[in-house]
Amino acid sequence: MTCIKLRFTPFALAIALFSPTIYTDLSTGSAEAAEIVVPSQVALINDAIEQGWRDYEIRPASEADDATWCRRVYLDILGRIPTLEELNAFLADRGSGKRAKLVNTLLYDDRFTEEYAGHWGTIWTNILIGRSGGTERRTLINRDGMQKYLRDAFAQNKPYNDLVYELVTAVGSTKPGTKNFNGAVNFLVEKVNEEKAVLATSSTSRILLGQQVQCTQCHNHPFNQWKQQKFWEFNSFFRQTRSLRRFVDGTRDIDHAELINEDFAGEAGDAEDALVFYELRNGLTRVAYPVFTDGTEIAKSGYVSDVNRRDELGRLVLQSEFLDKMIVNRMWAHFLGFGFTKPVDDLGPHNAASHPELLDELGKEVRQHSYDLKQLITWITLSRPYQLSAVLGKANEIDDPSIGEMPKFSRFYLRQMSAEQLYQSLVTATGAGAAGSYEEQEQQRRKWMRQFVVAFGTDEGGEATTFDGSIPQALMLFNGDLTKNATSTKTGSFLDRIQKGGRSTRERLTSLFMAAVARRPTKNEVSVAGKLYVARKNNELEMLQDMWWALINSNEFIMQH
Amino acid sequence: MTNHWQTPAGMTRRHFMSHLAGSSAAYAASLSMGSSIYAFADELKQKRRSAIMLWMGGGPATIDLWDLKPGSPTGGPFRPISTTGNMQICEHLPLMAQQMKHMSVVRSMSTREADHDRGRYYMHTGYVPNPNITHPSYGSVIAHELMSQRPELEIPPFVSIGGASEGPGFLGMAWSPFSVSSNGRIRNLQMSLEESRLMQRMAALNMIEQSFSKRTRDLPAVEHSKVLKKTYDLMTSDQMEAFKVDEEPDDVKERYGTNGFGQGCLLARRLVEAGVPFIEVDLGGWDNHQGIHTILKDDKLPTLDKAMSALIEDLNARGLLQDTVVMWMGEFGRTPNINAQAGRDHFARAWSCVVGGADIQGGLAIGETSPDGSAVVTEPFSSEDLMTTVVKGLGISSEKTFTSKNGRPMKIAGGGKIIKDLLG
Repeated sequence: MTCIKLRFTPFALAIALFSPTIYTDLSTGSAEAAEIVVPSQVALINDAIEQGWRDYEIRPASEADDATWCRRVYLDILGRIPTLEELNAFLADRGSGKRAKLVNTLLYDDRFTEEYAGHWGTIWTNILIGRSGGTERRTLINRDGMQKYLRDAFAQNKPYNDLVYELVTAVGSTKPGTKNFNGAVNFLVEKVNEEKAVLATSSTSRILLGQQVQCTQCHNHPFNQWKQQKFWEFNSFFRQTRSLRRFVDGTRDIDHAELINEDFAGEAGDAEDALVFYELRNGLTRVAYPVFTDGTEIAKSGYVSDVNRRDELGRLVLQSEFLDKMIVNRMWAHFLGFGFTKPVDDLGPHNAASHPELLDELGKEVRQHSYDLKQLITWITLSRPYQLSAVLGKANEIDDPSIGEMPKFSRFYLRQMSAEQLYQSLVTATGAGAAGSYEEQEQQRRKWMRQFVVAFGTDEGGEATTFDGSIPQALMLFNGDLTKNATSTKTGSFLDRIQKGGRSTRERLTSLFMAAVARRPTKNEVSVAGKLYVARKNNELEMLQDMWWALINSNEFIMQH
Repeated sequence: MTNHWQTPAGMTRRHFMSHLAGSSAAYAASLSMGSSIYAFADELKQKRRSAIMLWMGGGPATIDLWDLKPGSPTGGPFRPISTTGNMQICEHLPLMAQQMKHMSVVRSMSTREADHDRGRYYMHTGYVPNPNITHPSYGSVIAHELMSQRPELEIPPFVSIGGASEGPGFLGMAWSPFSVSSNGRIRNLQMSLEESRLMQRMAALNMIEQSFSKRTRDLPAVEHSKVLKKTYDLMTSDQMEAFKVDEEPDDVKERYGTNGFGQGCLLARRLVEAGVPFIEVDLGGWDNHQGIHTILKDDKLPTLDKAMSALIEDLNARGLLQDTVVMWMGEFGRTPNINAQAGRDHFARAWSCVVGGADIQGGLAIGETSPDGSAVVTEPFSSEDLMTTVVKGLGISSEKTFTSKNGRPMKIAGGGKIIKDLLG
């Protein structure tokens, strides 16, 4: 294996990307090779990012080698590291444009559809209902329902605008298998019930449009153009909506919930003129009707037969340019580690973007390309910033967003895997999870995830994760069951298979390093392995076990790089 | 092959680890830090300061607890009662009334953050949220400043019980809160193999860690190594006994209250005794937009009253209160106006925090709000002011300045002013 030597210069890559090249046909989704040109959006990204480097007089990091890049793109697109076989297959490919080919395969080859959908379904479940949504007692949310809806949507590559429209306007039941099941309702089902749908208001505007409005519920915020009035106008769109509890027969246990639209009489009791009241900080009362963020008004009637307020909201959201920018920013942050803004879901005028024109342009491209997320992923993963290595050098020292600098994307920013990525990586790379049906595996995974969630004790369901590089995470990786399974030496285990393959101890050690961190061991690491071999009284399997334990506990393993 | 691999008898774990780390200057430095000041440990032990924060997640209605407004339309149904301090408090806190000689109520808190996330951040750090920098929270700052008083401490210096607290910001992951549940049980603490083999694995691990840190030169990689070391220390430390709150006698557990918060406060006392400089104990469920007075009377106040009074009484009886600051706060207060659902909404303009212990004066009511509770009528105090005062009350200089990662000087506690009456 000569993976390390396969690195090619940025310029070589640029040529590979811009010359017409063999490429899989995107439209049919087949693996048949067809002549197509690398999408022009890649150049759009590269031009804007490189201009930034020139402006700040920095030189980007060198290009990541193929093995590192392969690990990176599997983690970002499928949510796990590649298996040893997958990594080796990529390294063995001598064809031009192999990176583009791999992206294409991960996105369009049927073998990966399920993993792709599972990964993005999980990401979006966490965005829409948090990591604890649907896990508390007496919750209305059905987490399986949310996940099923999203998994199906990503499996068929549902256009993003359709996804958003469905989430905003959904009616039906939360639970798979019940009458009127519509998993999309799980986004709003709990958020419309509490406190006059305040949470539905702030979540919808923040997650889908990048508008942070939660503070303007109570007062005009000094740093935000949103005013209290706008909050309650946006809120008015949700006031025909209600969640109904459906109980298990003969008990008061909630079986599921149903999200419905019904006539809204308004807070003054006149459905023809269905207004809401809100209170200014000086105690005065004001009224609000549904008005979209851009000032577009809809009819004031509260009768659903006159005007379905959430359908109108859905329509208006789809017209907003913030819809486009928000998805671009979110996807960019997913792949590059930082968004064009920080936080990623605040696109307000008070929060300047690092590359505002690029954000705009990419937003327009997404709209023109029917909100096809797989195309957006292709543009980003083939762009130059995504090819760079994760090295902070002298020539780009100022490019450090972790200390509050605007990101310049002149290197790949190191970041920790998510808990889900870690779990999935160990399951796929080492079979650490138990077998069983999808549901059983999902239950196991969820149980494992729960140990890291800490709730804040507020009505808004605020939460944090202890999977943040702190001690509980380290303890889990040192001693937890997942690690025990991953380092098992039982017949048929990953380590057992490694030990039965390969021509020499050295080669088997190399396989371990490739599988975990996509590189060969250094001289020093080989020598440590030698010492361990002696300490284990020449038991090679136990030495491999020690090294594998060390590898999966290392920063290099837990980091996306 | 050297004898590192056999762990010679008589060689302590720490000693062994520093041998292993010999190849790496950075690792060795982090290991040797403790020993140089170890000689002074005994003297320093005499003045080992700690702080306990009781965090009321959701934003408690301080108008119903510490600053009642009987007779005002905003006053609600609760009556005030006299205390051993120079103030009255809610009738549903009778045990706390006995302890108020040790605690002071700052009734003139006036802040601007009435959103949960922003309020939690602001009250924990003394800084308003800023997208470009993350500030260290109380626990990280105080642990960082007080660690030199306890070189022998092997368990994390910042423990958060039953909640997430806030993070270390630019001080780095090594100062992040160690979150445990109130029963003190810690997941995955049990080593799955003998210590000598674990140490050998650690040596291999260190080598991989160092080479990655050196190659990328990026902070997350370096921080990871520091956390690994702390984790290893903790796994092999006898001091972890402090977490075994179950071993307390039944009558003590009963006195604190046999619920999560009660046991959390008891655990906090054990951790103070073990030398942990900062502990946060969380009690959530104060976000009472509906039916507030029933919830307070039947659930929140009895739980709080028992646990908080037991903690203060116990710390005092053990002579620990004179070196331990106890503070009570949430993100903000709640509206004087009672809404249509018989609840109170978020309100930051006029509310109360409670603080006492160490050099902080007890028994005082600081500041005053208007007769309906809607405004502060005396000098208003901020999170920065309170934090500066607490820091000073622990004997840390309030002039202390940190340097953030981008080289910006940052005053401890946002450079607030000292609430003079509290420091006597």
